[in-house]
Amino acid sequence: MLEEVGTQSAEDLYEDVPERLRLKGSMNLPQPLLSEYELKRHVEGILAKNESAAEYLSFLGAGCYQHHVPAVCDEVNRRGEFLTAYAGEPYDDHGRFQALFEYASSMGELLNMDVVNVPTYDGFQAMATSLRMACRLTGRREVLIARTISADLLSRIRDYCKPNITVKLVGYDPKTGQLDLDALKAKISDRTSAVCFENPSYLGFLEVHGHEISQIAHDHGAICVVGADPISLGVLTPPADYGADIVCGDIQPLGMHMQFGGGQAGYIATRDEEEYVAEYPSRLFGIAPTSVPGEYGFGDVAYERTSFAVREEGKEWVGTAAALWGITAGVYLALMGPQGMVEIGEGLMSRSRYAMLEMDKIEGVKAPVFRSPHFREFVANFDGTGKTVAEINKALLTRKIFGGKDLTMELPELGKSALYCVTEVHTQDDIDRLVTALKEIVD
Amino acid sequence: MVMDKKLGLIVNPIAGIGGRVGLKGSDGAEVQRKALKLGAVRQSLNRAIRALERIEPVDDLEIVTYPGEMGEDAARACGFAPTVIGSIIPGGTTREDTISAAREMLELGVDLLLFAGGDGTARDIYNATGERMVVLGIPAGVKIHSAVHAINPVSAGNLAGSYLQGRTSALREAEVMDVDEEAFRQGFVSAKLYGCLRVPFQRRWLQGRKAPSSPGEQAAMVAIAADVVSRMADDWLYVIGPGTTTRAITARLGLDKTLVGVDVIRAERREGKEAWLGELAAADVNESQLLALLGGRKAKIVVTPIGGQGYIFGRGNQQISPDVLATVGKDNVIVVSTSAKIHSLGGRPLLVDTGDRAVDSMLSGYTNVVSGYNERIVYKVSYC
Amino acid sequence: MAQEDITRHRYTNGKPNLRRFHQAKWDEPIIFELSCEGQRGILVPEIEEEVKEQVGDVLADLPGYMRRKEPPGLPELSQPQVLRHYVRLSQENLGADLNVEIGQGTCTMKYSPKVNDQLAGHPKLADLHPLQDEETVQGILEIMFRFEQILKEISGMDRFSLQPAAGSAAIYANVSMIRAYHESRGEAGQRDEVITTIFSHPSNAACAQTAGYKVITLYPDEDGYPDLDALKAAVSERTAALMITNPEDTGIFNPRIEEFVSVVHDAGGLCAYDQANANGILGITRAKDAGFDLCHFNLHKTFSSPHGCGGPGAGAGGVTKELERFLPVPVIAFDGERYSLDYERPDSVGKLRPFYGYVPVVLRAYAWVMSLGAEGLREVAEIAVLNNNYLLKKMLEIPGVSAPYAKGKRRIEQARYSWEELAQETGIHSEELGVRAADFGVHYWTSHHPFVVPEPCTLEPTESCSKDDLDEYVGVLAHVAEEARTDPELVRTAPHNSTVHTIDHSPLDDPSQGAMTWRAYLKKIGRKTE
Repeated sequence: MLEEVGTQSAEDLYEDVPERLRLKGSMNLPQPLLSEYELKRHVEGILAKNESAAEYLSFLGAGCYQHHVPAVCDEVNRRGEFLTAYAGEPYDDHGRFQALFEYASSMGELLNMDVVNVPTYDGFQAMATSLRMACRLTGRREVLIARTISADLLSRIRDYCKPNITVKLVGYDPKTGQLDLDALKAKISDRTSAVCFENPSYLGFLEVHGHEISQIAHDHGAICVVGADPISLGVLTPPADYGADIVCGDIQPLGMHMQFGGGQAGYIATRDEEEYVAEYPSRLFGIAPTSVPGEYGFGDVAYERTSFAVREEGKEWVGTAAALWGITAGVYLALMGPQGMVEIGEGLMSRSRYAMLEMDKIEGVKAPVFRSPHFREFVANFDGTGKTVAEINKALLTRKIFGGKDLTMELPELGKSALYCVTEVHTQDDIDRLVTALKEIVD
Repeated sequence: MVMDKKLGLIVNPIAGIGGRVGLKGSDGAEVQRKALKLGAVRQSLNRAIRALERIEPVDDLEIVTYPGEMGEDAARACGFAPTVIGSIIPGGTTREDTISAAREMLELGVDLLLFAGGDGTARDIYNATGERMVVLGIPAGVKIHSAVHAINPVSAGNLAGSYLQGRTSALREAEVMDVDEEAFRQGFVSAKLYGCLRVPFQRRWLQGRKAPSSPGEQAAMVAIAADVVSRMADDWLYVIGPGTTTRAITARLGLDKTLVGVDVIRAERREGKEAWLGELAAADVNESQLLALLGGRKAKIVVTPIGGQGYIFGRGNQQISPDVLATVGKDNVIVVSTSAKIHSLGGRPLLVDTGDRAVDSMLSGYTNVVSGYNERIVYKVSYC
Repeated sequence: MAQEDITRHRYTNGKPNLRRFHQAKWDEPIIFELSCEGQRGILVPEIEEEVKEQVGDVLADLPGYMRRKEPPGLPELSQPQVLRHYVRLSQENLGADLNVEIGQGTCTMKYSPKVNDQLAGHPKLADLHPLQDEETVQGILEIMFRFEQILKEISGMDRFSLQPAAGSAAIYANVSMIRAYHESRGEAGQRDEVITTIFSHPSNAACAQTAGYKVITLYPDEDGYPDLDALKAAVSERTAALMITNPEDTGIFNPRIEEFVSVVHDAGGLCAYDQANANGILGITRAKDAGFDLCHFNLHKTFSSPHGCGGPGAGAGGVTKELERFLPVPVIAFDGERYSLDYERPDSVGKLRPFYGYVPVVLRAYAWVMSLGAEGLREVAEIAVLNNNYLLKKMLEIPGVSAPYAKGKRRIEQARYSWEELAQETGIHSEELGVRAADFGVHYWTSHHPFVVPEPCTLEPTESCSKDDLDEYVGVLAHVAEEARTDPELVRTAPHNSTVHTIDHSPLDDPSQGAMTWRAYLKKIGRKTE
């Protein structure tokens, strides 16, 4: 080959790289593990230093959830045909297009909306983009967001909105956690492009005034953006039905292992209206006929954005995101079906309610802190125990239990509080074990 | 495919007749006689046939055309039974025939006018119908500077068929150029913008892959206009050169612009969403009017490359003379262009030819081209 | 009797004949059409009786309007039906595991070792919650830390973040840090321009614009190299940064890269190096040595993690000491004994995403480097470049192909070709050739839009190809090019051996017809009402 190319060595192929910039000598990297066995042993040896949530009993949530991952989900997303495909045409990669179209379609059913994107990076990006879409659509530059979102999400939104969008937070009722409607009415104006809240909230409770919030937004010409966990939509009304214009969130609960946070993927959904569709920075796959009647073809949807009046609010970008997780979520929803989504929703609400009731019985513990319906997570307060959450969690750790996320630093107004998450992987015994352990620790 | 469409067909039998025998262009009876004497063969018929055979002769597609060599022959050769209108003197057709044909087809409401011809034919059609019809050119001429034509007869036929079948509906504004034939025969090109025709364009299937498709030409022009307008100041005059991109700027200000002339405008800032309102200070000015208006005033000149060769000065905007440019200064020249237009230059620089070497030199080097909202391309400007 | 010699029909003059390929074609319905009421794919654990009694009707607490009235209209299938449907769809793809995957230029579609996939799926990673006590995740933190050290060595930069979700996300993170840097020096208002080149990845422009910057794009000089004079004309006190890819998407390395960097530095701007195209220069040249302040790598490209139909991948962003404080939080720290997540970084641009990045992708990247070492990485680069230059030579032997710019010069790891000559001759466009190529089991990518190189085709062989693979690929393209001349209709009406036939894209451009979900489609064809 070298001969054909007309050189003696590969060195000559770098003729455009100046001598000055050439690395002298070798890079100082670890010795390679040349045999597959050695490599595997090395990496597994390091991984062995981890203790996973499968080995411990975990009540952690806060954006990454321990739900059961059906075996068929793993089977499908491990197939090399899906795993190693990328960006072929709708001919040679027809399967990928169809799988993602079906994912979007199933999400559309859950959300009662007709347009769902090919996944973006994660729920944070989905919400940040949704807010910018709202700004582009309305031509306004101020967004109002419920204060009860996580500090991490707020950090992402602030950075992403930096160019010229103002982010304002709307307070909540300390008893219920619910968005303070009076505070919202006071803050909203004709400069507001979007009113945004999560349902369920980061703090686990359900926002029960969604229809009023969206009404207030619409009365002022603002767009209502709701962050919703899709696993809740078997039992909860989809936000579109109470006035949400853009719905977004993370699909990790739908068939992705937690992977230390590596299973995240974001969705954005809207009505099928041209001006909304034109604002998506993500890919949108549409269905199309072929030259043979009855064949399903697919392709990218891209409407001309001719009206530029509000487009100067800045474009976004599209890149490699999380398509494989989208396909997986499609498989998950097909396996679960309507009945499965109803059952899991009820199950999550029941189990977390049970945990709240049992934990509340513990001396010094208050659960839930917010007097509202909850979905899968709740805030528990430990002020009465005289112990910090850190101390309690350390003690739980010795009992091989991961306690809820410590909220003390993030939300000091909640005192010594933690965010507990209960899913369908927790049996009654598991919850009882937690409660027993907590009892011991606080005594 | 449901059609029920009318396709207008005009073949200019003398288009391109001069080329093969070394004569540039074919306007003028004298040139035509010379060409025929030199053994020139009429190519436009063949070209028209090559295009038409791409279109299926189905029942609900009606071809409307002129007799004999102006279209009927080509249509029949491809198996169509055309509706023949008008009358001609065979072997002696003129520009007037083209113009009449186009006008009649406009009256009949054809969905698409397909013509075989060059710049001259395009100009005649523009004269006849303005921008009221959708038109597509089958290239059959020596010098095609207009953007109304497909790249070859086969493409023209494909695109026409696609448009008639409703498989493509996008339209773009294509420049019709006016080339001085005599000058051309003497060996130099002098083209200027003559008008604009609406032409179908095939949006290629979007290989969406890793990035969304670029905005269409329309969206790009609106973005450029938004950028330029947002930076306008109340106390400046703006000299707006010919072109569709510059026209988008005045359109954004609510003004009508002469497509091929140079207009001078002012902009006023208002409160609210559409924050600027335009005012026409003078339309279609010549050099002395321009100098009079600009005397002592702060002014900017906004130009866009015209035609395929990338001239920003010296082709069709000679009113913006060396004196005007010297008065305004290089720093106050704003060049606008869509990135597609820049790409069509194929790496060649933008060109200036004001007639004054010193001014040409001043304008050369690199210029910041406004190519979108908050988007610039730094591109080379040259003179030769 | 002698056995029939099948082999003699498979070779001509010692070379293998063109593959008689046909893609899997299942004509599979949309999954909703397979739905059968009452079918179920998986059951969920039931709530214990005691729990049920205690909690009662949990939905009763909700206001009526918040209780979903009807179960969602999801498809109802049995488990084997779901599996069969998706396995069929999986067969209708042409991934790197299946084809000579050199057509997706700029994507660096190399072999993703299966052992790395196994490791990435290990329960001791799959079942880790990101918020677990640090004591329990020392293993994964160690892997991430070690990988960061590797990237530091490869690039010469001082610190990395593995948090960005992919290449574009890393570019955006770099833009955020650039902005934070200028803000810290009170120059953010003054510096509102970012410079890039037309052949850098479009995300450099798009991300800068998203962050509110004005973007200035430079075009190449006559030889196809980035134009230094143009840069000098573009740079000013308004310059925040230069953000470029090198080698560019045309495969051309900018030999004056150092000058580019110093021109921008002299004007007070920063320089960010998009290393999406790093595969050909590993161990050859480093970001730091050319003077860059920031860089990023695509772990699903150069570092072998599979592309997953479009992610998840990962982007790793590196910075010099001066910019370390702006890195996203948390960064991974090691005190000699313990690994930890460091959030004490007041100047950080904040969190890019929930948690720490696409960790399984990082793990694969780590394993990949560990299997190769410094020498191995260097070999990767050299083989990738050799493969590409061999491919270049072979491609240019096909009549009608050209490789614009840098005539007669080498390319690094990829090259952009033009079919312009062939298109002029035959009227067949590059996209059409690509679709016909799929009839032989390969595909290719043209270029980002809008096309600068006319009728483009961008190919990147990587080190994973053999000479035979390259010969096969070129053989297909040469054959298709020939067909464009002799049987253009066949090419124009392709594909013939694929999953479906020519797609009519017009509904996708028309808002009155476009349907992005099955429910939307049913409405638009009149089979379902609102």
